[in-house]
Amino acid sequence: MSIRIMKAGLLDTLQDEGRYGYQHLGINPGGVMDIAAMKTANALVGNPLTEMVIEMHYPAAKILFEADALIAVSGGDFGAHINNDLINGNQPVIIKKNSTLAFKKLRTGARTYVAVKGGFAIDKWLHSASTNLKAQAGGFDGRALRKGDLITLNEDADYASLLNDANHKSLPWHVSANDFYSSGPTRFIAGAEFDLLTPASKKILIEKPFSITNESDRMGYRLLGQPLVLDKNTEVISSAVTRGTLQLLPNGQLIILMADHQTTGGYPRIGHVISADLSRLAQKSTLGQISFSVTGQQAAEQALFKQYLDLLQLQNACNFRLQQYLK
Amino acid sequence: MRRINFYLPYSSSRLSYNYTIYSGGDHALTIDFGGISTNTNNLVISLFNHLKKVDTNGVTDIIPAYSSLTMVYDPVQILSQKNPPASAFEYIKGLLEKSTTGFDPSITNSEARQLEIPVCYDTDFAPDLEFVASSHNLSVDEVIAIHTSRFYRVYMIGFLPGFAYMASVDERIATPRKPSPRKRVPAGSVGIAGEQTGIYPLSSPGGWQLIGRTPLQLFDSSKPEPTLFNPGDKIHFYPISLEQYHQLKPA
Repeated sequence: MSIRIMKAGLLDTLQDEGRYGYQHLGINPGGVMDIAAMKTANALVGNPLTEMVIEMHYPAAKILFEADALIAVSGGDFGAHINNDLINGNQPVIIKKNSTLAFKKLRTGARTYVAVKGGFAIDKWLHSASTNLKAQAGGFDGRALRKGDLITLNEDADYASLLNDANHKSLPWHVSANDFYSSGPTRFIAGAEFDLLTPASKKILIEKPFSITNESDRMGYRLLGQPLVLDKNTEVISSAVTRGTLQLLPNGQLIILMADHQTTGGYPRIGHVISADLSRLAQKSTLGQISFSVTGQQAAEQALFKQYLDLLQLQNACNFRLQQYLK
Repeated sequence: MRRINFYLPYSSSRLSYNYTIYSGGDHALTIDFGGISTNTNNLVISLFNHLKKVDTNGVTDIIPAYSSLTMVYDPVQILSQKNPPASAFEYIKGLLEKSTTGFDPSITNSEARQLEIPVCYDTDFAPDLEFVASSHNLSVDEVIAIHTSRFYRVYMIGFLPGFAYMASVDERIATPRKPSPRKRVPAGSVGIAGEQTGIYPLSSPGGWQLIGRTPLQLFDSSKPEPTLFNPGDKIHFYPISLEQYHQLKPA
């Protein structure tokens, strides 16, 4: 009861919510880029929302299922196929033993997620299954998945009675994840050095678009826009930074720190993208454009709390349908 | 933007420190004591050691830096507790201020250790040693003697898993970073950047002036405590020969 990587993708890693509690040792949290997608995929298959998933970039891996499994794909739409048939994202699908999951066309988004009911039998490192590529630890041997890798599944399932000889079967419901990816400006809370921006730079930040350059990855998004300047030269003493921190580089350009960010940084902190907007940022592809708007501390907390409640509701609905269906 | 100045009074000390608390986003809060000094860093590390022992439910990470300490928290956990606060930020701020009442920084630094670290300053491992020496009109042996003449304090850990920022090196050997970083610095490399010194625990790109290498493994993911240094530790380097390096280097 396992899955086998038949062909490696650009960057396929096992991830969960991230590794917290070790940042004072310089060990960064990592974890999925798109937390809402991880939770949606897990909800669809009846897993705890933070169960580890496979995060894939395009081109994505080709995966052979050596056992029956209930799976869900969420996040970016990469044209998921089981054997020769297109399957929908955000819908639970039973895949039959010896069938292949592959991704044939990048349609939307930048990262896609696969959850399998019961999860993967992978040892955690420091309480998390997230792959830390720099430390070469966590996830699958601390590295991206390669051709030939075999990942054992926790659950030994037999869906023969539901499959009726077909090699896959989509269960008759789906969820909408649109609320997590609403359009509109990326909201941020002003950072410690925000007020040092010149009035003209503040105006640029709020009014002008920024493009996501191809020097963007899981560590951070480097943006390109009209350069920003500070009122006075300021020496920032290195301090902790977090996911979402908007740093101003010496060349006047911004970088948004993402999942694999370093734990400390010494660039001016212009702002912090709110957690509720990180999922849609994670699905922005390079060369895409974003714009910013300022929000407050409490509005940011409320937006995240609403996302949490929405996901709980989604999980309850999925569990109810699954229990009815599988009993 | 939220930026408020407070005083942190100590029950057992006449000293008080000016500090600022500001937001680090919707899931982090930083208390900042201002400029870099041994005293402020002592205070940061003491507060860090103190906070590790008090109940900080909802806090996922406490990260000390040169002159600030950041608490990373889970706003959802805080907002979904019984009788939830109106704001997770205000809740954490209150928690921080409550925890510091009666906290005495002079007694909480007992966890700082003194560690002796062997370093091989052989040319093979020290591509910038000659440059550091010549730019200060010193001999290579003098640079080594100066680098090994004092204890350095681990001010903070960051950049890489287990990368300790240590200071202060003698101004006679303080040397700015390389103008452009190396693509790959081998694990164990000992470097200087300005008045800081440090060791690369993993191989990584890096711009520090490399003056030696330690055979010790500073990062080992198979250990329950994967990194060697803790914030606040005192580190002393001692020179070893190439032969000793190879004897001490784990296979």
